[in-house]
This record gives sequence, structure tokens and C-alpha cells, in this order.
Amino acid sequence: MHIGLLYSRIRRDEKLLLNELRERGHEVTKIDVRKEQFDLSEPPEAFDGLDIVVDRCLATSRSLYITRFLQSYGIPVVNSHETADICADKAKNSLALADAGVPTPNTKVAFTVESAMDIVEEFGYPCVLKPVVGSWGRLMAKIDSEAAAEAILEHKATLGNYEHKVFYIQEFVEKPGRDIRVLAVDGEPIAAMTRSSDHWLTNAAKGADAEAFELDARAKELVKQASDAVGGGLLGVDLMETGDDYTVHEVNHTVEFKALNDAVDVDVPAKVVDWLEAKVDSEKTLAEVSA
Amino acid sequence: MSDTITAEDPLSGEEIELPSDVEVGEIIDSPATGAELEVVSLDPVILEEAPELEEDWGE
Repeated sequence: MHIGLLYSRIRRDEKLLLNELRERGHEVTKIDVRKEQFDLSEPPEAFDGLDIVVDRCLATSRSLYITRFLQSYGIPVVNSHETADICADKAKNSLALADAGVPTPNTKVAFTVESAMDIVEEFGYPCVLKPVVGSWGRLMAKIDSEAAAEAILEHKATLGNYEHKVFYIQEFVEKPGRDIRVLAVDGEPIAAMTRSSDHWLTNAAKGADAEAFELDARAKELVKQASDAVGGGLLGVDLMETGDDYTVHEVNHTVEFKALNDAVDVDVPAKVVDWLEAKVDSEKTLAEVSA
Repeated sequence: MSDTITAEDPLSGEEIELPSDVEVGEIIDSPATGAELEVVSLDPVILEEAPELEEDWGE
């Protein structure tokens, strides 16, 4: 197949994917999104002859627009614009999970400091304030007191761009010092790991320790439901253990997998490429049937 | 074939060694300064300071 890889920087995740694709003899076109211009009707030359495009843009804003352009051109893209749109925004992410009946932490959104303070007081301390757009545990606040809540909300309202005036407040989940990251393709888990830390944030980007994790039937069921809720694709589903069940706090659409690949015995990039090959085959079959 | 290639660190001017399989767009940590550098071309190998992290970057 001829695959396009949209990127802003080649990290170890992209390198793993590129190496696997090339080793299998697939033609790969790397597309640096910083250099492209997107016309309303004609795709840029770099996209000629591609069977599928994999979006590995680091910048959410770019990812959202480019996936939309590609769909308009009729070029298959992983993940879809609809999936990216839901996953890029924590409020939309939470809504999609709740709409699908997937257990997710109790969350409320407000647009003024006063309304946000009311939510904080209702949830009690600690509770968590997150930016609606952002990753890697950045700008997350665990609020332990009224004074802290007042200060953080005022800072966000005064110093932040308009997105920071969307106050996304979540109950604090007493997880057992770890959360679970599952890499899944259309809801089928490829591999899973726990991310453990003494810090309340357990993102790999924050230096959490990664360890392979065996999913039970319930976790697999929730991964499938969460994936379906956001439109499927190549996703990172994040769960927390709540004692007798799990809660799904987020689904990521340009998922990183280097830490997972290091932690598990599964060849993660190989599984991802298996899925891409199958996807391209089914797209071609569909095209032939409808021709 | 050598496992490493050399290039100039744009921040310090020092010659630094890189893995020979680097590719355009790849981000490497400079052994000289620790700064993130981007490979912008391969023949010759030219490095530039990597773009600053943006607020909407992530997964």
C-alpha cells in the first residue's frame, strides 16, 4: 500500500511506525504539515496516489483541519475528523462517553468563575480542573482548598485564552496510584499498560512507570464501548480502577505508543500496521463493489 | 556503514554525532547542549532548533 504519514515532528513513535511500514515494503510518503497548503477542492500534490493517511500531527488544531480537508477530498484518514474532534476536547470526550453509557468520572462544565466555584464546592476537595484542550498532564490542577480554587480560577480567567474560560471540573478519582492505558484498533486492544506514580498525575510524559497489564473481560468491554463512542480508529483509551469496576476518563486520538511498546511483549507497531493493511484492503474492496 | 554521522549543533557550533538512520523531521536531543534539535535535511545533514512546544500539542 501507499501510505501518507502526516507529521509535525518525527518522534520515536513515528519512527517505529515508519520502520515497520518500510520493512514490509510499503511505500511511505512523509508529509510535513508545516509545508502544505490546503485548497478547498484539490488536495496538495503530496497526497497523490495515497491509499490511506495516518494523522500523527502533534498540534490538535492542525489535526482537526487537515482531517476535515482529507475527508472532503475523499482520501481515507486515520483517525477520522469526527473522532479527532471528539477526542481533542475533554468536554466532548466526556459527553461522548456518558452518552454511550460508559462509566466516566463525574464532570461538570461552567463558563464563569462564579459558576465554576459553585461546582467546586459541590464536588468538595480535592477535585480536578483540566483544560479542555491539552495533553501530557499539562495545566491540570488538583484543587485541595477553597483558596486554591479561587486563585486557579482567577488565573485561568485572567491569563488564559478563551478556551481556559471553559472550566472543566471533575471529581477526584481515588485510583490505586496508577491508571491504565490501552492501545486499541476499532475497539480491539493491541496491548495495555499501567502507569504508576506517587504523583496524582500518572501520564507517561510526567515520568510514570509503565508496566504491562492484562485486561479482564470488563476492561475489554469498556475499551470497545469507549472506542465506539468516539467513532473508532487507532486510539488510546485511559481507564482508572475504582475497586469493583473501571472508569474511562479519556480517549486519545493521536496516541503515543513508545512507552507501551517498551513495556509489553507485543510488537505494537507491527499490530498497528496489520490493522492499517486490513483497513486499506477493506477500503479497496468497498471501492470495487461500488464501482 | 558507520552507525553514526556527524553534524553541527546549531546552538553551540559543536560537531555532534547522530545515529546514521536519522530522517528528515526527526527530533534528537543534542549530546552537546541537551536541546531538542530537528533534522531539516540529510545531504548534508542540517540541524535546527526544534519548534517550541505549543499548548495544543499532545495526543
